[in-house]
Amino acid sequence: MGGYIAKRVGQALLVIWLAYTAVFIAVQSLPNDPVTIFLNSDSAADPATIAQMKEYYGYDQPVIVQYFSQLLGLLRGDLGYSLSSGSEVSARIGEVAGSTLVLAGSAFVVAVVFAVALTAAASLARGAKLRNLLLNLPPLMVSIPVFWLGLVLLQLLAVQLGVMSLFPDDSFLSLAVPIFVLAVHLSAPIAQVLIKSVQEVNTQPFVDVLRAKGASESWIFYRHTLKNAAPAALSIAGITIGTLLAGSVITETVFARAGLGQLILQSVTVQDIPLVQGLVLLTAVVFTTVNLLVDLIHPKLDPRIITARSGSPRALAA
Amino acid sequence: MSLLADNVDTTAAPLAASEQPVARTSGSSAARRRLARWWVLVPLAIVLLWALVPSLFTGHDPITGVPADKLLAPSSEHLFGTDHLGRDVFSRVVYGTRQTLLTAGLACLIGSIVGSILGLLAGTAGRFADSAAMRLVDVILAVPAFLIALILVTATEPGPLSLGLGVGIASIAAFARLVRTEVLRVRSRDFVQAALMSGGGYFTVLRRHIIPHVIGPVLSLLAVDLGAAILAISGLGFLGFGSPPPTPEWGLLISEGRQYLSVAWWLTTLPGLVIVAAVMLMATLGRAVNKAFRF
Repeated sequence: MGGYIAKRVGQALLVIWLAYTAVFIAVQSLPNDPVTIFLNSDSAADPATIAQMKEYYGYDQPVIVQYFSQLLGLLRGDLGYSLSSGSEVSARIGEVAGSTLVLAGSAFVVAVVFAVALTAAASLARGAKLRNLLLNLPPLMVSIPVFWLGLVLLQLLAVQLGVMSLFPDDSFLSLAVPIFVLAVHLSAPIAQVLIKSVQEVNTQPFVDVLRAKGASESWIFYRHTLKNAAPAALSIAGITIGTLLAGSVITETVFARAGLGQLILQSVTVQDIPLVQGLVLLTAVVFTTVNLLVDLIHPKLDPRIITARSGSPRALAA
Repeated sequence: MSLLADNVDTTAAPLAASEQPVARTSGSSAARRRLARWWVLVPLAIVLLWALVPSLFTGHDPITGVPADKLLAPSSEHLFGTDHLGRDVFSRVVYGTRQTLLTAGLACLIGSIVGSILGLLAGTAGRFADSAAMRLVDVILAVPAFLIALILVTATEPGPLSLGLGVGIASIAAFARLVRTEVLRVRSRDFVQAALMSGGGYFTVLRRHIIPHVIGPVLSLLAVDLGAAILAISGLGFLGFGSPPPTPEWGLLISEGRQYLSVAWWLTTLPGLVIVAAVMLMATLGRAVNKAFRF
């Protein structure tokens, strides 16, 4: 077990380091340095200002020095300075992270509840018609663009019914509707994995034994099938992070909310590369940490995994 | 570069219960059912024709509108209504198909080709290639697809090319993982061992025995991925990172309609329905391909 943990932690650190290096190389391979690109649209910027700013932000240093000084900063939690505001990248992220955490966190909880409810309904539904309808719901939800669902709901609730405002206020709906939009988008992949996994568990002999002993379908589902199927759903935790992030960017745009998504969008629009770099690294760290946690929790939920000879425990769940 | 699989752990890729071969019912009913599975090709062919010869489906011009006809509700003359410049929204959707499909197609092409090569290397070229390729995939996965596309768009000019490239790079990981899993599954089969034992070379065995078995799942993922790429690209187009405004593109259409949300519901709702339908059709095609290639 100890060896397994050490190996997974080492792999996670390796991935973060590789991600940092990949982003660094990508920035270096741009035709110009970040300061020049940032000031490109500003006609008032003369070469002297650019040179001064390059020196100030350290972009005049040799590549290798930049690489290690930025890496060292990263280890201390220092992500550098934003070009568009001059403040620290970590400070700018900290300002808006709370709003996005509320949105994404609530959406995640709602999505999981919804996915489990959908799986339960689809597994326990009596008639084949109803079951097919429920089973077709996740593929439909995956196909709906987040921005479109948000706009249609805004149109319906704010314009037609007039129960919510087009711009965020402190009302219940102006938080609940974005959460719902994001949750619909997120629950689809979770439900798909959960349903597939439940179907696989249902083919195992122990389910037949339970049925032969006279256990009711709902007892089998809640006490046995769901418990066995749930660990597989953990394997898509990583996808969830990406979906939440992309979904937040779009949801925050549609509903005009401040947040991490809006910050990403702004930094891309004004070509503030250090800020983009910091945001990318932050997501990579969050993603890798979540996956590491999943890999460490997984054997606790399903001890069979640790004995398997595969490289990653999630290979079994796939 | 040994393909011999005496120590390959096949339990890592168990045949899912649902993948067991179904007992074939005899006669024409089975053939009819097999044919019925491909109904999805009909609506997809129409969408493809929208992209190839849009003028066949609409008489209205997508770029220049009739100012007198601005913001008309949907009618038999204007199926999807008209926008603030009096342009027919349906014709803008039809003419926008080409731009959206080209960008999505570029993304899929990059993702499937690079991803498949990585997956093949990981599955056949030995332990070192395997872990190197898989770490690379981990890095791609560690940065959400959406961000990869955004970074590319920041670094270069916003436009269909950088958009397709960004979405494509992000989808490499899915193809690499799929191909690797499938290759590991196939190479432990007896016929691969037999081919190697009887003196088949690396590339011969790869080409004649492994790739034909891997191509089905890849094509299936390709269809699903094209749908996902359409979603991603219309999302980025909505945010303004796609083609510049006069070009009709699905995501951009909806973002333009957003300003008229309170007066013209059709500007956002109807083009969105087309996106939903297109993505669902691609997913259905993916499932049909998957069933057809099952062995």
